[in-house]
Amino acid sequence: MNFEFSDEQRQLHESVERYLADHYSFEKFRAINASPAGWDKAAWAGLGELGVLALNVPAAQGGLGFGPLETYGVMAACGKSLLLEPFLSSAVIATAMLRAWAEDAPAAELLARMASGTAIAALAHYEPGSRFESQWVTTRARKSGDGYTLDGHKAVVMHAGAADTLLVSARVCGEPRDAGGVSLFRIPRDAKGLVLDPYPTIDGQRAADVYLRGVQVPAGGRLGRDGGALPVIEAALDIGLAALCAEAVGVMQALVDATVAHAQSRQQFGVPIGRFQALQHRIADMLIHLEQARSMSYLAALRCTDENVSERRRALSAAKAVVGQSARFIGQQAVQLHGGMGMTDELIVSHWFKRLIAAELMFGDSDTHLQRYAALTREQETFNGSIGESGSGARSRQARSG
Amino acid sequence: MRLEFTEEEQAFREEVRAFVRDKLPAPIRDKVLNGFELSREDHILWQRTLHERGWGGVGWPKEFGGPGWNAVQQYIFEEETAQAGAPRLIPFGTKMVAPVIMAFGNAAQQRRFLPPISSGAEWWCQGYSEPGAGSDLAALKTRAVLQGDHYVVNGQKTWNTLGHFADWIFCLVRTDTAAKQQSGISFLLIDMKSAGITVRPIMLLDGGHEVNEIWFEDVKVPVENRIGDENKGWTYAKFLLGHERTNIAGIGAAKRELQRLKRIAATELKNGRPLSEDPLFAANIAQVEIDLWALEITNLRVLSKDRGSKAPGPEASILKIRGTEIAQRISELLMRAVGPYALPFRREAMAAGWQADPAREAPGPRYAATLAAAYMNQRKLSIFGGTNEIQMNIISKMIVGL
Repeated sequence: MNFEFSDEQRQLHESVERYLADHYSFEKFRAINASPAGWDKAAWAGLGELGVLALNVPAAQGGLGFGPLETYGVMAACGKSLLLEPFLSSAVIATAMLRAWAEDAPAAELLARMASGTAIAALAHYEPGSRFESQWVTTRARKSGDGYTLDGHKAVVMHAGAADTLLVSARVCGEPRDAGGVSLFRIPRDAKGLVLDPYPTIDGQRAADVYLRGVQVPAGGRLGRDGGALPVIEAALDIGLAALCAEAVGVMQALVDATVAHAQSRQQFGVPIGRFQALQHRIADMLIHLEQARSMSYLAALRCTDENVSERRRALSAAKAVVGQSARFIGQQAVQLHGGMGMTDELIVSHWFKRLIAAELMFGDSDTHLQRYAALTREQETFNGSIGESGSGARSRQARSG
Repeated sequence: MRLEFTEEEQAFREEVRAFVRDKLPAPIRDKVLNGFELSREDHILWQRTLHERGWGGVGWPKEFGGPGWNAVQQYIFEEETAQAGAPRLIPFGTKMVAPVIMAFGNAAQQRRFLPPISSGAEWWCQGYSEPGAGSDLAALKTRAVLQGDHYVVNGQKTWNTLGHFADWIFCLVRTDTAAKQQSGISFLLIDMKSAGITVRPIMLLDGGHEVNEIWFEDVKVPVENRIGDENKGWTYAKFLLGHERTNIAGIGAAKRELQRLKRIAATELKNGRPLSEDPLFAANIAQVEIDLWALEITNLRVLSKDRGSKAPGPEASILKIRGTEIAQRISELLMRAVGPYALPFRREAMAAGWQADPAREAPGPRYAATLAAAYMNQRKLSIFGGTNEIQMNIISKMIVGL
């Protein structure tokens, strides 16, 4: 048991944090955010040169073949710098998904281009009726000739506009909640019949609702086995969830630091406001929340590639619930303790806050994950016949972790 | 970074588990698992059992007859014993006065006092708080005046835990009234059989006798029972307060109580269905389980980082605050789980083996009898050992520094 990053991991994290501090200032963020595209090709190319886009790409495709622990500090740094570029969408989630099919030439070729930063991919999976249920897929893929015709509507696809390739899930058979029958298709963003309704999200990132209206996909555009894509999608979303937790912790740390600095410097009634116990205790409470979130973000990073799916999802739901609750608390308190300034667009605090609120919602809010955790735990205990046996849940968890 | 304990640690866990399974008497286990009161004899029997195995001095180095465990082993020991239903270690001897005697006592004191602590032959209690010195402990007034080869002690201590069971008490006393508050205090070891000591019970809201007032009237204490230098007692007291790190969060006991809660929630019915299926109650349980998981990882982070140094940081305060909040929350849910049967309150039902009048039906299930009283009793957790508000002061002082 040890909770230290390796020297190599730490050096990687620190180099990315330094790079972003030097090249991605708050002013830069504001300028990119104000631009129509909402992301910056030069900044993306810079990340490519730094090598971080190759982080999760297998060595065979020119990548570094790293995983969640290497990604952790990069995500934390992205959070602190409020990176608008599609690192999470493309270099983490889409990459994780394509990795599963890296033995097939189309996926391998795309991964190689993503590693160098010349291609961007985004997953289009959730739908208006699915909320955060990954099995709910109504988009249809019908056989037509050698290929498929896709019709459907994908909701709030992060960075769809920046991507040149969309990875679109669609049902080849079955009902919306069936685990089987979902395939994944690789579709160029400019494909005929694929329509984007783009918008900024609350935190200034870019997303779009994606409409598929008779989109023709050749047989080679399907990734992997027909109807067997859902486990791969869920595995990639879980890796994304862990990465998002790390990003949120990076933002929370930044907000706690900023709030401490503000309490030390802001004077009212002739003293720094940090002298007032009401504020001191609130800041202490922020730190407590931060450390619980950090613990769970480590758990998420360590467990998100676990092959035992129910155990993996149980850990990730626990993590996302705690991280989400902490994010909301710390974000709200940071705004509160900055007073009127915390409400302004001019101060970075409000942007960090908005990023946290977005993170709390993405991949399922805290309540969703609390419920999912309860359901998975119950399933496991019923399966083990161990409800309320002394130490059962904790014991079995311990046994699994050791 | 890895969550798993090492193979040696895992083997140690098995060793502890097997030991408790073989050596913990069933009646004691039953009392602990069901929240019934333990007698003095129960505690002493368990301490003696540990001692016979060489584990009497939990946390002690080998040179003083302890098992020489590192922080992780100690954590594992405490987690395993608590989950299996062993009595909590009464901390005043092994974990409080013993480390002070080891660090600051002389060889004669070490020879005289340490062995009977390990063997359970002498029970220790603590004389810190006074009516006018609670959180502001340095305001204590109990006076010790040196007369020849002994001190004469006069004053009053309060909130003394289980002093009516104790053979010895360690006391903070004022030896210099002219000096600044913290600098005029000495650390004395006092025989509870000394003439002039009166122990008066304080009855608590749960109807139990757990704490006392202790009056000292011209009590003679040999000068060789002073630890370290005169007027340096505050340093030793602070050392003692910062010492406890491995079990301050009470992870093992919280896991045990959480399993009890699940057991009861699966047994209790609401509209003919198990209470554990009630969505709100299930969510409440899930939340506290997730919070406990986050705290467990936080605790392990502290331990793995802390293997060398013992300097108290904000971590100990975080563990104390979250640990007590979670324990209190579980006790609240336990009480609520039994619905109206939390209301019947019979002192005699708090003892194991109590049978209701056979002519009448017992008022509610056996496990319900103690739950309301336990909930009341657990309110102490956020008050003793430095109130949670004082802990918040400590954290904010360390991070805000104002």
